[in-house]
Amino acid sequence: MGLPWGSVATLAWRNLWRNRRRTVIMLLAIAVGVWAMVFMASLMRGMTDQMVRNGLQSLPGEVQIHHPDYRADPSVVNSMAPPAPALRAALEAAPVAAWSGRVRVPAVIASERDSRGVTLLGVDPLAEQAIGALPGELVAGRFLESADDRGLVIGAKLASRLETGLGKRVVIMSQDPNNDVADRGARVVGIYRARLQGNEDRFVYGGRTALQDMLGIEEMISEIAVTANDYRHVDQWYPQLAVAAGTELETLPWTELDGFLGTMLAVQDGLSLIIMVVIFIALSFGLVNTLVMAVFERVREIGLMQALGMRPGLIVLQIMLESLYLLCLGLLLGNLLAVATIKPLESGVDISSVASAMEMMGMGTVLYPVLASFDMLMSTAVVVILGLLASIAPAWRASRLDPVKALNKH
Amino acid sequence: MNVTWVLAWRNLWRHRRRTWLTVGAMVFSNVLLVFLISLQLGSYQMMIDSTLGAFTGHIQVQQHEYLEQQRMRQSVPAAAGLAAQLRQLEGVQAVAARAEAFALASSQERSFGILLTGVQPEYEPGVSTFPGLLAEGRYLEKSDAAEIVVGAVLARNLKVGLGDEVTFLGSGRDGSFAAAVATVVGILHSGIDEVDRSVAQLPLGYFQQVFAMGDAGHSVVIRVPKLDQVDGMVEALRSQLASREDLAVLDWDALQPGLRQAITSDMASAWLMYSVLIVLVAFSVLNTQLMSVLERTREFGVMLALGVSPQRLARLIGVETLLMATLGLVLGILLGAILTAYLGHTGFTYPGMEALNSRFNLPARIYPPLSLLSLLWGPLLVFLGALLAAVYPALRLLSLQPVAAMRAV
Repeated sequence: MGLPWGSVATLAWRNLWRNRRRTVIMLLAIAVGVWAMVFMASLMRGMTDQMVRNGLQSLPGEVQIHHPDYRADPSVVNSMAPPAPALRAALEAAPVAAWSGRVRVPAVIASERDSRGVTLLGVDPLAEQAIGALPGELVAGRFLESADDRGLVIGAKLASRLETGLGKRVVIMSQDPNNDVADRGARVVGIYRARLQGNEDRFVYGGRTALQDMLGIEEMISEIAVTANDYRHVDQWYPQLAVAAGTELETLPWTELDGFLGTMLAVQDGLSLIIMVVIFIALSFGLVNTLVMAVFERVREIGLMQALGMRPGLIVLQIMLESLYLLCLGLLLGNLLAVATIKPLESGVDISSVASAMEMMGMGTVLYPVLASFDMLMSTAVVVILGLLASIAPAWRASRLDPVKALNKH
Repeated sequence: MNVTWVLAWRNLWRHRRRTWLTVGAMVFSNVLLVFLISLQLGSYQMMIDSTLGAFTGHIQVQQHEYLEQQRMRQSVPAAAGLAAQLRQLEGVQAVAARAEAFALASSQERSFGILLTGVQPEYEPGVSTFPGLLAEGRYLEKSDAAEIVVGAVLARNLKVGLGDEVTFLGSGRDGSFAAAVATVVGILHSGIDEVDRSVAQLPLGYFQQVFAMGDAGHSVVIRVPKLDQVDGMVEALRSQLASREDLAVLDWDALQPGLRQAITSDMASAWLMYSVLIVLVAFSVLNTQLMSVLERTREFGVMLALGVSPQRLARLIGVETLLMATLGLVLGILLGAILTAYLGHTGFTYPGMEALNSRFNLPARIYPPLSLLSLLWGPLLVFLGALLAAVYPALRLLSLQPVAAMRAV
């Protein structure tokens, strides 16, 4: 016959505060550890989110449909016809939110002063806006007005390199399906600034129909970009599009179109978990130490309880509860600290001093940490599970004490 | 031997388990720090070497606005002559002149806008690893031959092989129309798509002829034997070229700003993690030493009553911590060195690292090299943190009253 559970819980709680100073130090240690876990996870989540979002914007779309040879050989030869009725039906149905058929060919753009190699995009501005692929912000002029617009919109960086500007004429050159040079003079009607500077150099926007005329490809397009505004669950909805597109076309989700992004998203949670476990292990030495000490100074008391008939199981329970209280208080404190420090940072941390490095990873100049409840739950799970595991040994040892020897100790 | 040290050593082992747990926390952190810092420093070195060695070189001399604007007109006059002049400088390893231009490259079936580089065939292999990566054919030979070396992906995209012709359309330095035909003599395969997609090299003499460059180029690339000689060489070049106001001497940091920034940002995020580890170890030591002081209150009271000065008691705690921290330091460095040496032998990788690493010109498997710096840096900080943590428990002893202390429970 032992004590009822409620009393064990009370005992554990009171025992925790018998050595107030030690408990407070351990509590602080756990809080700092938990804070670090959540803080680092939120920085990483912020980075990954931004990388994925920027990546999806320049892809663009969460799913793309191409001629099967286009990705290996992005030439006008590997264009495809506009979507057939079956595919069009699938593109108009849920969960697809928007889609855009685009011409995308390598080209050379030349001003009277200089020339550059670029990727020429023939778009329908309305569809482009619907899939969220409009370039950053316009700093001069306007974006294209329709698919028939004969003007060009180029990046600010490119404009400076070409020494051209709004209203000036440039020449674009590419190839038509017969490999003859297809070229056309056009006026720069807008200049944009992109979130990733590399894109400013690379993408030149023109009206889709106007470019189709120039390339002599009638209604043909290079790619269809599709979005459902749900990049995390793309694997659930893209197969039905693939079926609708048929085997003649290649339908791929962003995770495969950009392997780097896919991998980053996949490893991010794993990396957070590794960091959390490492921090916890550093913490666990102190935790076990505290429990060992707590048991050590109470050997006589535990011996007495055993002599009075308390079952070993209840002693284990009591020590484990003491540890659990400590862990939960530390978690509470650490998470509060994390919320308090991350919330003010969520509006963005300026990291423009390392902008070029961030650009290599596909990030902008502002880092937005993301406080996700998932990370807080993961840190809680790590701390509680591993913490209780670490407490088993001291608790077990306490329950195995020989009452007679324990009582005579000192 | 001093009594304080003997006493301190024996005191440590009165609570064997506690001491080992505290030392264990230090050892764990130290091993981790030694390994992670070695891995970091090693990958930085590799990142710098492979990025600069591939193409950029350590230093470049360019027209002073070219880096920012990359306009064709912003050229270095008599580039090959300047390169020959700089080659005479003490301490340079290799020097080569280059020129660059965008053009529409067309084969029988395909056309692409590409960046053409004009290189000096005899000197380019000294400043770049690309010439050594030929998968087919040979590298460029004569300076005025109508020949071209292209990357494997570009060759595939253009659908050309050895002996095929490639046509270029572009504009010359003076804005004139530039057109030429060159024969593919070599195909380069680096395994990095980005490189294999973009490399297209012509001999400098031929390039200058086609693009109406005269004897001008766009950069003179310089390699020095070791990275730490770059700053000295930049100084030497600047004084050499002091009279040439149109030219700028740029070190690798200016040429590849992403590189140092990547290192800085990686360092910053890594040190956040390291500081957390060090703070947690310090907490662990603080707890242990505070407990060990509190439980010995009576004993210390007796010692005070016997005439031991409070300062000496504080020193005792200091020495105990010192011994414990030294144990953690030595074991940590030893085990850390073993782990790192082992991984330095077999290589270290984790899933997903390949994709991330290739962004920074790193292989998927990294072999962390041990160095004195990587071995001592982290553990010494943990050591200092542990000593600092003992200050509070030691200070408490200074205000201990003998009688009250002896009565303590």
